[in-house]
Amino acid sequence: MDNLLEILSAAFLLIGSFLCISGGIGILRFPDFYTRMHAVGVTETLATGMILLGLMLQMPDAMVIIKLLFILVLTLFISPTASHALAKAAIKNSLKPKLDSEDNKERI
Amino acid sequence: MKDLLGVIMLSGIYGLLSASFFVAMDAVDVAFTEASVGAGISTVLMLAAITMTGRTENPSRHKPLLALIVVLITGGLLIYGTFDMPHFGSAAAPVHTHVAPRYINDSMQEIGIPNIVTSVLASYRGFDTFGEVLVIFTAGIAVLALLSVVRSPDRMAKIDSLNDSMHGEYLILRIVAKMLIPFILLFALYVQFHGDFGPGGGFQAGVIFASAIYLYSMMFGMSTARRVINQTLVRLIAALGVLLYGSVGVVAMLNGGNFLDYSALSADPVAGQHLGIIVIELGVGLTVASVMIIIMFNFEGRRDNLQNKDNEEA
Repeated sequence: MDNLLEILSAAFLLIGSFLCISGGIGILRFPDFYTRMHAVGVTETLATGMILLGLMLQMPDAMVIIKLLFILVLTLFISPTASHALAKAAIKNSLKPKLDSEDNKERI
Repeated sequence: MKDLLGVIMLSGIYGLLSASFFVAMDAVDVAFTEASVGAGISTVLMLAAITMTGRTENPSRHKPLLALIVVLITGGLLIYGTFDMPHFGSAAAPVHTHVAPRYINDSMQEIGIPNIVTSVLASYRGFDTFGEVLVIFTAGIAVLALLSVVRSPDRMAKIDSLNDSMHGEYLILRIVAKMLIPFILLFALYVQFHGDFGPGGGFQAGVIFASAIYLYSMMFGMSTARRVINQTLVRLIAALGVLLYGSVGVVAMLNGGNFLDYSALSADPVAGQHLGIIVIELGVGLTVASVMIIIMFNFEGRRDNLQNKDNEEA
């Protein structure tokens, strides 16, 4: 049982760390503001969720698990909202997304 | 950097980072304050300031070389000074040999509060903390004296129509803020009254409470916030907090102890300490929260006045 929990928690932590790193690479490598924000915004929410889940599985104490759950719920609310606010602010300040083909450009 | 918005964002990030290294050094009480003041409140205040001054820095007319040399020399001297300091965590450091052993060994019998930080701050160093509260109160008064402006009363119809028209645009932000604000306020109260047993206390609770109000007024506009929060009441509460703190000291004197000697408050010294600490922490929390709110309203009120003038001239 303990072994199973350890393995599960390690797997969650690994996935979370991988997502964090991929978000970091994304913010460096992607071409424009919106794609960069997408890279971070999407992975960050899932990554924090995974890492918190992994930590919860390691904790024997119910109180700590409840506190981690609070953090999880808060991040699930806050980080998508922050990404939304960022994207909205960018589009309001008329920052155009970088597009590949010409016919897409006409539609915006 | 010439873009002041970027500078403000960087300083906010720095605040958050320093909060996390305070946590790493086990100073959770300080980290609370730093997270909400450094990353939240001061960022909002500086943003309010640059909406009035403009976003870019003026080109400087003098060469910064002399300043750079002065900074380098001072920084070098400071770093040279750290060589004389004891190593990090060294048990022989003066700070660990002077009064700290007494706090750690005796505070449980004398004060009876698990969080030693609170007993040092509120009881052993009660006089210093009183000074800090007075400093904050004075800052509030100074902001009021320098920045407060006579406002023409907002027309209700205008505010309502403004709010309705903005509702679509800020819908998601507003809904999320509405969901979070009650919990932030609740957390502030928890930090306030749980300060004896865990990290927290009046200062932390005050700034967390104020940051919830900041969030509200950012999301719903200053005119709505002004209708929700009565300015006169907030000023009264700021003074009331200091008064509460001071009167605990006076009551202790009337009961035959020294000023701010909480043991005199009750027949049982430990119970007296508990009572005194709860009351003065409440005083600190009230003053800190209301001074922060006063500062924000006066910063923003000035900008509103500027905008109104612009509108009238245009």
